[in-house]
Amino acid sequence: MSATLMDPTPVKSPAVMTPPPAGPTEPATAARELIRARDLSLYYGPSRALKSINLGIQERLVTAFIGPSGCGKSTFLRCFNRMNDLIDHVRIEGRIEIGGHDIHAKNVDVIELRKRVGMVFQKSNPFPKSIYENIAYGLRLHGMRERSRIDEVVEQSLRGAALWDEVKDRLHGSALGLSGGQQQRLCIARAIAIRPQILLMDEPASALDPIATARVEELILELKKDYTIVIVTHNMQQAARISDHTAFFYLGELIEYDATVKIFTNPSRKQTEDYVTGRFG
Amino acid sequence: MSPSTEAVQESWSAIERGRRRRPVEYVVERGIFLVSLSAILMVFLIFLFVGREGLPVLLGRQTSAALAEVIPVADMDKTPPAKLQRYLGLTGTQFQEMDRETKLELMTLKAEGAQTLGKEKDARLNTLEWRYLLFPYQWTGYDRPEAIWQPVSTIHKYNILPLLIGTLKATLVALLFSVPVSLAAAIYVSQLAHPSHKEWMKPAIEMLSGIPSVVLGFFALLVMASFLQPLFGYESRLNAFVAGLALGIAIIPVVFSISEDALTSVPPAYKQAALALGSTPWQAAWKVILPAAVPGVCAAVVLGFGRAIGETMIVLMASGNASIVSASLFDSTRTITATIAAELAETVFGEHHYRMLFLLGALLFAATFLSNLLATRIMTGLKARMEGRA
Repeated sequence: MSATLMDPTPVKSPAVMTPPPAGPTEPATAARELIRARDLSLYYGPSRALKSINLGIQERLVTAFIGPSGCGKSTFLRCFNRMNDLIDHVRIEGRIEIGGHDIHAKNVDVIELRKRVGMVFQKSNPFPKSIYENIAYGLRLHGMRERSRIDEVVEQSLRGAALWDEVKDRLHGSALGLSGGQQQRLCIARAIAIRPQILLMDEPASALDPIATARVEELILELKKDYTIVIVTHNMQQAARISDHTAFFYLGELIEYDATVKIFTNPSRKQTEDYVTGRFG
Repeated sequence: MSPSTEAVQESWSAIERGRRRRPVEYVVERGIFLVSLSAILMVFLIFLFVGREGLPVLLGRQTSAALAEVIPVADMDKTPPAKLQRYLGLTGTQFQEMDRETKLELMTLKAEGAQTLGKEKDARLNTLEWRYLLFPYQWTGYDRPEAIWQPVSTIHKYNILPLLIGTLKATLVALLFSVPVSLAAAIYVSQLAHPSHKEWMKPAIEMLSGIPSVVLGFFALLVMASFLQPLFGYESRLNAFVAGLALGIAIIPVVFSISEDALTSVPPAYKQAALALGSTPWQAAWKVILPAAVPGVCAAVVLGFGRAIGETMIVLMASGNASIVSASLFDSTRTITATIAAELAETVFGEHHYRMLFLLGALLFAATFLSNLLATRIMTGLKARMEGRA
């Protein structure tokens, strides 16, 4: 693993100091590791939804989580920005480190964390405000006051989400008047406007038609240059098309994690093969 | 044709058998329709009744002039019986059964009364005319034009300005006090409180609505008034401020309950989106959830206004009931509702005072109706603006 070689600052990188615990294989790449889960278990009350997951996610790549419904992949994704905090009776064991910092540590400000880890939800959820205000909200939230600067970032973000040309004439129109695909791209624009480093996407295209899906996928490939993207998807073709690494979950366990090509052409576990070939799930 | 195809055709022909009658459903549906209609009808009829009783004043058919034209006693036989009957204020049967002597006596009494009244300059004024109802008038013996509500007096003064002002003052205080309090409570309970706290907080606040208003009035009269007087140092112990605060307590559960429902029914996706962007729960509640719930919150305020303006017992007990025109919240005040409640039992049926009180009732009715209408308008406008011009 060459994580420390790529690291410009000599941050204590736990990934190197302690070798990843034995488990599913990890994809070998030269990219720097940004997120690391260590023995992560999550309980909803008494039931264990995630079972000792160990996994590293590399910077500026698209990592896809696949698996049948209820396998815990969305729950796992929501650990990275601590959205599970909102649910009662959730208990987490183990660690998630982002950039070497334990995000569940006591001194972590969850607001700062979420500012750096953006999220796009399964169902597009623009605020019932104008298109402009949807994006400006996050900017103002994080202290941007200057009108001209906000205008600028709104435009940048909408361009970044490949939505600008479609909405530039009605920026002050209702976001709820947009089509489903446009709304989802607006949500992506809203998420990237505050310049997060990581973008979590929870089945971002599952409610979209094929054309809108294609646009969102193009966008993900585009965003990959600047962001580390983790995407949960039910659509295996989608995972194959856009991701670099794929992790397969089943019943709360990480079964296999490897380069996407490997997962889809030559998986090392029988369960993975059965799932990606459509024999179950 | 194979037998199975025939069977299929046979079973599908059932859809052409004409519409089946479902008498029970029909009867139930009509029944519910009638019940809902009767509610609307009831409100309409009440309004009709109140309006009808007040209408003569509105149309100028009623006079409250203390001194009318006097028919000399000697002219009794010359006047047509119908006119005489009206002049003496008698019903048809009363007039027929009365003998000539009694009528003569009545006429003498009338003439004598008129003589004493003749010294009063304002006795000939019909104080039910619009200018006396709405604008200050310089009554004889007063230094300057004044708006006075003084129905029981030689000269009946029916200026509704003091009552309007009193009502608005008490209602305003009530809204200023209760809307921020209940809205803050609603935001806290629906967005910030731990679910286990929410479980008992909501019913606890809503239980306030179970307090009878007479008990609240009693509380305001005895406890609040005594407690607030040294605190604010005002002169009259019972005033618009005390009554307004008590009214505010009465409408808190209404405003709270409806705005809490409105806030809770905002899709949780908005909150999630806001939190995922790095909002604090408070920022999410204030900047995202509250704007999305504005129509419901507006409805809550309007309902609270309606309840406050129509509330009677509390203001009757705690406002001091002095019909004064004054801008100060710390002066005793008298509301429309308290006036109706206190005076209606003392009036003569069908007489000008009675009609005036019904006119006030109709006015109250119209005010709440208009405020609801206006609020609906504002709400749709606000909603459109909030969501952006579509």
